[in-house]
Amino acid sequence: MTETARRGSRWQLGGLLAPGAGWLLLFFNLPLVIVLFISFVERGRAGSIKWPPVFTLENYIDFFDALYLGIFANSVRIAFIVTAICLLFGYPLAYFISQRHPRWRDALLLLVMIPFWTNFLVRTYALKQVLGAEGLINSLLIGAGLIPGPLDLLFNEFAVIVGLVYGYLPFAVLPMYASIEKFDFALMEAASDLGANQARAFLRVMLPMTLPGVIAAFVLTFVPVVGAFITPDIMGGGKVEMIATLINRQFGVARNWPFGSAISLVLMLLVLIGVIAQFRFGGEERRTL
Amino acid sequence: MPEFAVELRNVSKRFPGPSGEEVVAVNHVTMQIRDGEFFSMLGPSGCGKTTSLRMIAGFEMPTNGEVFIHDRPMGQTPPYRRPVNTVFQNYALFPHMAIGENVAFGLEMKGVPRAEIGPRVKQALEMVRLPGYEKRRPKQLSGGQQQRVALARALVNRPEVLLLDEPLGALDLKLRKEMQLELKTLQREVGITFIYVTHDQEEALTMSDRIAVMSQGVVRQVGAAAEIYEEPNSRFVADFIGETNFIDGTVRAVNGGEVEFEVGGLTIIAHAPAGVTHGQKATLAVRPERIRLTPARPADTVNAFAGEVRESIYLGTDTRYFVQLAPTVSVRVRQQNVVPVGMPALEGPTGVQVWASWTSDSAQVLVE
Repeated sequence: MTETARRGSRWQLGGLLAPGAGWLLLFFNLPLVIVLFISFVERGRAGSIKWPPVFTLENYIDFFDALYLGIFANSVRIAFIVTAICLLFGYPLAYFISQRHPRWRDALLLLVMIPFWTNFLVRTYALKQVLGAEGLINSLLIGAGLIPGPLDLLFNEFAVIVGLVYGYLPFAVLPMYASIEKFDFALMEAASDLGANQARAFLRVMLPMTLPGVIAAFVLTFVPVVGAFITPDIMGGGKVEMIATLINRQFGVARNWPFGSAISLVLMLLVLIGVIAQFRFGGEERRTL
Repeated sequence: MPEFAVELRNVSKRFPGPSGEEVVAVNHVTMQIRDGEFFSMLGPSGCGKTTSLRMIAGFEMPTNGEVFIHDRPMGQTPPYRRPVNTVFQNYALFPHMAIGENVAFGLEMKGVPRAEIGPRVKQALEMVRLPGYEKRRPKQLSGGQQQRVALARALVNRPEVLLLDEPLGALDLKLRKEMQLELKTLQREVGITFIYVTHDQEEALTMSDRIAVMSQGVVRQVGAAAEIYEEPNSRFVADFIGETNFIDGTVRAVNGGEVEFEVGGLTIIAHAPAGVTHGQKATLAVRPERIRLTPARPADTVNAFAGEVRESIYLGTDTRYFVQLAPTVSVRVRQQNVVPVGMPALEGPTGVQVWASWTSDSAQVLVE
């Protein structure tokens, strides 16, 4: 290749990269830098920040208050519960779909994905109607004479967990399906032939071999759930505080941008550590396969 | 010790077919596999051999009938409680475990003490000539080596019966031939009953003490290799094992075990099963290598017919001829090239006049 041709292709590559790179720089990296900057300065009187800026570590130190750490821990706990439920429900579902005739498999996968076609906010409000005092579940139970009055299904942690599982189950099903679908079930026969009952064959052969899918499902569920805002806000009705609702409050009613920015970055750091750990662990897994 | 390692009594297996109809994979099969023998189930794909094997292993349960292992009825016993182990067609080694872990798996499941597992794994790998391979991964091994690991993984459990489902199918021809001999030797050494499923007749003939020829879910014939080759009981068996000339004609006279068979003006003396009657339509089977071609009429043979060579094909170890004996009768002949260039009298292209002859016990009358 001649020098001019190489330079030409470099220009072409640059031209193709520029829009995407520019977009990310302008609307992702730059705001992130601004958030980073705000998290290290003092708050202004009417929200916003003090100008000229006064640098401080106060915002991060404030975070180590029992109240905020509690909210943080609560988010992580709820995210773990939701992720665990998604994995426990999702794995058998993914297995079931993978065992169907190819003709049915695509249709079933489509059914898993169909909820994505509806706005998440709309779906959450719909679920709220189902769980409400005069909602579907309570009406049915009261109508059947099973309970005297409506159950408190809404505006509590239970509602938030139900909402999050509902919203993120497909994120767990799809990567696990991809792993299970590739799994060679002759290996289960081999395990059975060698004296393993179904439970042991699953634990020793199928689970380890589909673990990459399970880990991917874990990350894809846990990361968005720990920072979820809409579901705890609507389903929790302000009674269930998670990190995202706390952050939202700082930029809203509390008018404390610097503190909100600091929490945002702590959350981001936590997720980043989790994802890196997953890549390390997942990488190990892939090497041994 | 019971006489039979495995017995199938009137076993059938029916599956629901793709469009709702019932598929009969195995149809009232009764089979006895003797203790310590190398037994092959041979047949084309879809003949029910693999389904039969899977019913012995417990992966499939019979629709009717019963499978016995050393006289114990298996009923609905799941695979993990049966005293048999299987070598699978594609090895089915656990890719996430090292070779040592693969071989140890069965012993671990059985609860064999840790201290005993190590030495037994080592011994099993030595037996299949892969000493010191414990730490390797299945992917690092060649197909032949993986096959040996699969053997070790099964045999380390000291099963009462070893089931092999076309285990050499994925190997290339040369390796396959090596492994055939190795398997046979191994079977003699360990003294375990081997049940071997294959569609390759040569493989079955090479290794087996006895062979069951199957087709369409039914056992056609059971016997030693020579028995099945020399005295096939049906056209199917004669056709499936080796190459055969089939000549359709009529039985003219019956004298004890021998008959006079007539076709296209020729009278052939042949062996016949009991119950063949005068005037019956039947098929005569003659192996191509049993027919002798000579320039002049041989003095010592009952069946000698003048014919014309239509074609000859030189194949190195032997030469094949197509010889026309009568307007409606032609035979394929296979002659070993024991002298450098075939028979001098048969050199040249076609149209050579020859005498084709065979003994009466080389020709078999088949009524089925």
